[in-house]
Amino acid sequence: MSVELSERPAPPAPREITTKPRKSDQIFRAVVTTGGMASLVILGLIALFLSIKGVHILAEEKFGFITGSTWEVVTDETGNIVQSQFGIGAMLIGTMLCALIAIIVGVPISVLSALYLTFYADGRVKKFLISVIDLMAAFPSLLFGFWGFIVFMSSAEYWAKLLNKFLGFIPFFDVPAPIFERSPFIAGLVLAIMIIPIVTSISREIFDQTPLDRIQAAYALGATKLAMIKAVVIPFGRGGIIGGAMLGLGRAMGETVAVYTVLNVVYQINWQVLFGAGGNVASLILLKFGEAGPYEVDALMAAGLILFLLTLLVNAIADFLINRFGGKGR
Amino acid sequence: MTMTVPTPSKPWQPTSKNRIENVLVVVAAFVLAGLSVEFTGLSGKLGFFISLFIALLVLNFSFHYLQRGTAAAKDSLLQVLAVMAIVITLIPIVSIVVTVIAKGYKGLHWGILTKDMALASVNDPIANGGLLHALVGTIMMVGGALILSFPIGVLTALYLTEIRGSLTRPIKFLVQAMSGVPSIVAGLFILSSLVYPVTKELSGLMGSLALTILMIPTIARTAEEMLHLIPNELREAGVALGGTQWRTVAGVVLPAARSGLVTAIILGIARIIGETAPLLLVSGGGDALNLNPTEGAMGSLPYYIWKSFLTGGTPEAAARAWAGMLVLLSFIFILFGLARYLSGRKVA
Repeated sequence: MSVELSERPAPPAPREITTKPRKSDQIFRAVVTTGGMASLVILGLIALFLSIKGVHILAEEKFGFITGSTWEVVTDETGNIVQSQFGIGAMLIGTMLCALIAIIVGVPISVLSALYLTFYADGRVKKFLISVIDLMAAFPSLLFGFWGFIVFMSSAEYWAKLLNKFLGFIPFFDVPAPIFERSPFIAGLVLAIMIIPIVTSISREIFDQTPLDRIQAAYALGATKLAMIKAVVIPFGRGGIIGGAMLGLGRAMGETVAVYTVLNVVYQINWQVLFGAGGNVASLILLKFGEAGPYEVDALMAAGLILFLLTLLVNAIADFLINRFGGKGR
Repeated sequence: MTMTVPTPSKPWQPTSKNRIENVLVVVAAFVLAGLSVEFTGLSGKLGFFISLFIALLVLNFSFHYLQRGTAAAKDSLLQVLAVMAIVITLIPIVSIVVTVIAKGYKGLHWGILTKDMALASVNDPIANGGLLHALVGTIMMVGGALILSFPIGVLTALYLTEIRGSLTRPIKFLVQAMSGVPSIVAGLFILSSLVYPVTKELSGLMGSLALTILMIPTIARTAEEMLHLIPNELREAGVALGGTQWRTVAGVVLPAARSGLVTAIILGIARIIGETAPLLLVSGGGDALNLNPTEGAMGSLPYYIWKSFLTGGTPEAAARAWAGMLVLLSFIFILFGLARYLSGRKVA
């Protein structure tokens, strides 16, 4: 039994098959791509605006800005600037020194912690420790700074004295005067404590990617854990660990508040890490900003530009290393 | 004829004898360390820790050497080192949390939620003044930063997971690089691009903008990870039902990633809530309650802590600062707990 229609509807025209996205998709892709460009735009704008403000200082001081270590503005009674000299050499060296101490102390501890988390801890303990370390990575630097100043300083000072007593013959551990408070050494240790959670979680992620078949092959050949780690895990993860360490270095160089509270910022190049005088670009900016006139602010912008470019470089190297070596074997 | 029935056993697991021996080695190390602190020049916590460390290494090494030879002895050294490393990692976090709670609870009182510091100085008795202005300021600035950075972060994550254009690698790198931008540089950028040329005034909005720069990478990276967790079958199903890419993302992918996106928001907030350096430069940091983000100095929790520590000097000022720190830390704990809870749930 069929129903006769007085008028048959025309069959729908076949849809044209095409790979061209529809209008809505074109808009969608355009919007998302624009949004995705945001990081590029923001980083570009940061470089641009800091340059606009700071470039005339750089032009005036030339290389002296990076190598010099005086920071002075002389004004006459009316507030006009008579003479000025800006150099962040001591600050740059101080920044590097603190960051290097942080890396030297922090990275071995982080890598061993990551080994523990990946290959020794199991089940609940592992889960718990991982979340505690992630939580620590989210602690604000202000907290590390004041804890470092009020709680940690006295212990660290005692360690510094011990180092000086027994290793004082090494120039690095010598001090011109027995002032051990607020030294680059202590600032470096606080930075080490700050970067340990970050480097630990990166190393752990890289160790986690070690191919299981190789681990089991090593065990099947009778390897102990140490032998397995030496033969499989470390060759596999070396690049990633170095990348993670560089990432920690970048963090340590850009850290402001924690270093400012712990370190005694002084305008001279100081290689003696236990002595209570050091430099730090970010702390310099914070220290000088409150009292700076417009001209000096421009110099601080230039210092900020140098710091920005430096951290960008370190991050680029870290990213390259992690992508080149992380997740791949030999 | 007797039949031997094999009893199920796990020969690879340590027997109870092994366990007891291991515990004995550790106890012996503690005793040795205690003795060395008592009778030699080493003293204090550091002396104890170092001698414990050496004792553990030596005892473990010799014990395993005698039992199972060189390879096992070396292996035990790595184990001791790894355990020591995790202990060293955990000491600061425990110390920080204990310090903040022990010093912070003295500065707590109900007034901190209802009063601001307009009529009180940091050195006044604790009962005067409170945190109201700082709490409101922090909430407003973080909220502002969130409104700006959430769309940008999610769009970046969508570009990296859904569009996957030719710029995926560079953008991944740029997001990574952006998360390494020193916070003080973010502050300087807002100063040089907006405060000096345009507004000529420090305000809460400027603080928000500086925080936005620091928040975008965290949100983008977390959201990217979360979107990667969405099974590809869902996308394929959406397209197979005739959905365009836009409909698939809006109707299938994003709803499925809802709890992941909330996690991204929470981690972003946790990242910036304690950020101090940019706020010192651009927010002005007032002492009175200010509800207008575009005009006038705005206080914030980190600024309040900073100011109490650096301009005070009395026990009251220190108590105030630690109380502020306690409030800040509790925020971070709560946010983190929420994030854990949400990411622990299965993807819808």
